[in-house]
Amino acid sequence: MAIKDIYDVVVIGAGPGGLAAAIAAKQNGARDVLIIERDLEPGGILLQCIHNGFGLEIFKQDLPGPSYAQKFINDALSCGVDLLLDTMVLDITPDRRIFTASRKGGIREIRAKALVLAMGCRERTRAQVRLPGTRPAGVYTAGTAQRWVNVEGYMPGKKFVILGSGDIGMIMARRLTFEGAKVERVLEVMPFLTGLTRNYVQCLLDYDIELQLQHTVKRIIGNKRVEAIEAVAVDEKWEPIPGSEEIIPCDTLLLSVGLIPENELSRKAGVALDGLTAGPFVDDRFETNVPGVFAAGNVVHVYDLVDWVTQAGLASGKAAALYAVEQEHKTQRKIPIRSGENVHHVVPQHICADSLKYADIKLQLRVKQPVEDPVWVEVRKGANLVARRAERYARPGEMITVTLPVKAYDEVEAAEELTVAIMKR
Amino acid sequence: MTQFFDVIIIGGGIVGSMMARYLSRYTLSILLIEKETDICMGATSGNSAFVHAGYDPVPGSLKAYTNVEGNALYEQLSEDLGFDFQRNGDYVVAIGQEDVPALERLMAQGKQNGVPGLEMISGTELLKREPLVNPEAVCAMWAPSGGTCDPFGANIAACENAIQNGVQVMLETEFLDFICEGSRIIGIRTNRGDFTCRWAVNAAGLYADEVMHKAGMRPEFKIQPRRGEYYVLDEAEIQLNPCFFPTPSAAGKGILVAGTVHGNVIIGPNAEVINDKEDRAVTSTGLQEVICGAKKIIPSLTLRPVISLFAGLRAYGNAPCETPGVDYGHDFIIEIPSKIQGLVNLGGIESPGLTAAPAIALRVIEKLKDAGEKLEEKKDWNPVRQRRPRFRHLSLDERAELIRKDERYGRVVCRCETVTEGEIVAEIHAPLPARTYDAIKRRTWLGTGRCLGGFDLPRVVDILARELGESPLEVSKKGPGSEFLAGTTKPGMFGGEG
Amino acid sequence: MPETDKVICITCPKGCRLDVTREGDTILKVDNCGCKRGEEYVKAELIDPRRMVATTVKIKGGVHPLLPVYTAKPFPKPRIRELLGALQQVELQTPVGMGDVVIKDALGTGIDILASREMQPAS
Repeated sequence: MAIKDIYDVVVIGAGPGGLAAAIAAKQNGARDVLIIERDLEPGGILLQCIHNGFGLEIFKQDLPGPSYAQKFINDALSCGVDLLLDTMVLDITPDRRIFTASRKGGIREIRAKALVLAMGCRERTRAQVRLPGTRPAGVYTAGTAQRWVNVEGYMPGKKFVILGSGDIGMIMARRLTFEGAKVERVLEVMPFLTGLTRNYVQCLLDYDIELQLQHTVKRIIGNKRVEAIEAVAVDEKWEPIPGSEEIIPCDTLLLSVGLIPENELSRKAGVALDGLTAGPFVDDRFETNVPGVFAAGNVVHVYDLVDWVTQAGLASGKAAALYAVEQEHKTQRKIPIRSGENVHHVVPQHICADSLKYADIKLQLRVKQPVEDPVWVEVRKGANLVARRAERYARPGEMITVTLPVKAYDEVEAAEELTVAIMKR
Repeated sequence: MTQFFDVIIIGGGIVGSMMARYLSRYTLSILLIEKETDICMGATSGNSAFVHAGYDPVPGSLKAYTNVEGNALYEQLSEDLGFDFQRNGDYVVAIGQEDVPALERLMAQGKQNGVPGLEMISGTELLKREPLVNPEAVCAMWAPSGGTCDPFGANIAACENAIQNGVQVMLETEFLDFICEGSRIIGIRTNRGDFTCRWAVNAAGLYADEVMHKAGMRPEFKIQPRRGEYYVLDEAEIQLNPCFFPTPSAAGKGILVAGTVHGNVIIGPNAEVINDKEDRAVTSTGLQEVICGAKKIIPSLTLRPVISLFAGLRAYGNAPCETPGVDYGHDFIIEIPSKIQGLVNLGGIESPGLTAAPAIALRVIEKLKDAGEKLEEKKDWNPVRQRRPRFRHLSLDERAELIRKDERYGRVVCRCETVTEGEIVAEIHAPLPARTYDAIKRRTWLGTGRCLGGFDLPRVVDILARELGESPLEVSKKGPGSEFLAGTTKPGMFGGEG
Repeated sequence: MPETDKVICITCPKGCRLDVTREGDTILKVDNCGCKRGEEYVKAELIDPRRMVATTVKIKGGVHPLLPVYTAKPFPKPRIRELLGALQQVELQTPVGMGDVVIKDALGTGIDILASREMQPAS
């Protein structure tokens, strides 16, 4: 397969976001589509997510990650998407010139009429959570451990403490137990679970692994290799409570303390990033502030279910294809969406005034604090209610979607801004 | 196994390596021994990377002389040896009127030490040049000769240049004792055998006191590790070029805020005297001290952009200054004692050790001549060490060319710092081979970026295993005992037991 | 003597905390359900708890030494340990297709173990 110099649509990343974008682009008029992927195979992070739970929404099936990925890989290849593997994008310019490096291809310059950023996210590090103590071998992010255990065939340790009750940490707790290791404790600094309840039951409770909420790592002990973790209880301000320290002997500390959208390349392309999400500002078609540059998936904000990543990918791919083919950037008025009461952030951060004429718009958000009671998720223009959704509860670990329906067009079209807020029912 | 050397240098930090490099100019057979699995794992591995101007040390002290002499050498040295060095200058800032007298004394001291270009500027001028500085700054001393470097680069480059010029280096070789004939050192005993020599150079950093005691030297001299903690802040979030110091107090230079050669910003260190010479833990109180101190100079600093934290240990010694009339109790020891023959004794080389290292080496050479050593120059001494290509700094065309020569330079392994497989392989097979993850990190800056090795770690383990012909289970972070992996996922994988 | 257990229902993401009063294996009462699926969940959990199991098996000739596999249906929870032990011994050979049956009727449960992805011989 010869790589062309110019493509209608180039997608960066062959994970679920990128694969969906590429497929949608091809199906919506793009004459040629290329995905550039840094790993040796397509599939992105799904290749190492061997557990089930993928596809419950869009396929009504309970698939493991690699199977979910395989479906889209097959679709992409059969509809004629070009795939460039083992290739790193070094740089992107605002006029959509892409510079890549690979062993086989050397340095390449590829131009894109439209570009979709789908680089996913990286894991928060030990330094970013400022864990005191020594720097021995044996401190890993949960994703790095997952790659070793599931793909490369190595156990990173024998006795584990996991910091963070995020999904990756809980999933790895079970995975490591399956492979004969001992998970001593899971520590979570918040007073609530940050991952899905389903995982708490199936990964921790099922295997008698103790979770301590409002606890964290006070320091890491061990010079060459981790020898122990000093755990400590914390108050609501995350301050350690003196006297609550406990030394837990172990040889590995896994960090599952959050994901950060990976936007090094986006910055280079001049894409403006939202401080709340660490991802680009996007509109309802997932276009960024740079004309012809779109973004979809975890690179925009961290999703809880891959099914929604696929949806975003499909939407962005379609928009990218239309942009590439029509070559017009509709300079439309954009209406900002503000985060109101108990809302941490909303994506998209603004919508095109016209969009509601044609289709519903999904707004996706995460709350700041959990509410274990029925709530309304309300979209208001000033005091006027534009749309709302009933939820039985609201948790930071689970993304909430509220839809702006087509029938709200007249109300929305005249708005200066809209606000999304959580109200108790 | 006994081998005869003219000179054996004990310690592969910046002092020992510079010593080796400058001595390699002469027709001497030289051995450098280092107890760790790589050089540059002691004090040289954890500091602010600053090449000090030289106004801090007490006038008349060895620290003062070698600081100013060393500082002047860094331009040429960095070019010859191929490591990063930038003379960005530094400011010592007076926040509030009460700081001003101390600052004026510092400036006078600097002039006495021969520091070039010192200038007092007003608070207004300072804010015009550097708008992020605390608006309560009353004035500042500007020292244009201050700079920053890559300390790992300098250490490794010096050692490689020494090897290029015939010096032998033995890693994982620990000094145990001197072998003496009467009051003359004729050799050293190590965990890898005995070696005979005419000169032994004590460049053992944190352990220099223990080494010299074995020769019966200075029993009252003691090194106490002084731990300093640092944060590194992301260059994407904050950019500062020069170094900013507070006005020094009795506690020391204080907590600095500085740009690094990398473009990041480093803040620190605090100073805590501890007992354990291997305790490089970061503490929450230490880190609190650091951010509080840094905010005094740059109030807008926050911990949001932190991408790394580490601690370094300095060899804080108690040797009095030998210059008559100078009352100072913590000077360098740079001597060829008469009490025992065949010893070059260096001790207490804490700050400004990195800056002073080349000057210390030159002083030792003078002292060797004074002691009757006939130093004959090699005809083919090459002071220049060719730097290996760094993908991240090359133009697109240069990158393309490099990949054409060796396609391994086409595979980017560390995404955040753009380090390629080709570079990693080159360091593993370099004259001073990198055989652990940290060794590669020191040489390439891989794994120091935002994801802190999250992406590259499994790939680097693979490459190390492949290139060293060992199992990934044997690959370590910093030597035996720090292996990354505990076993295979299933029994009987990769031809093993599991 | 009736006993009470706390059970978290995982039928939907809400995760209702159910209070179950039972006498031996007979369920007397289930409180705190958000919907009627809670009672069915509890019955299943107490009598015949099952879980989807995903793990890896060794494979020769591919780009990776491990192939991810999973149970075609939820597997009896008390026998998961046994299943994992049996799978430790398996060694496959490429090529393998996604959905291929790696073990038919594992441990006589009627549940197959399937390949989660294809793996071709490495070139």
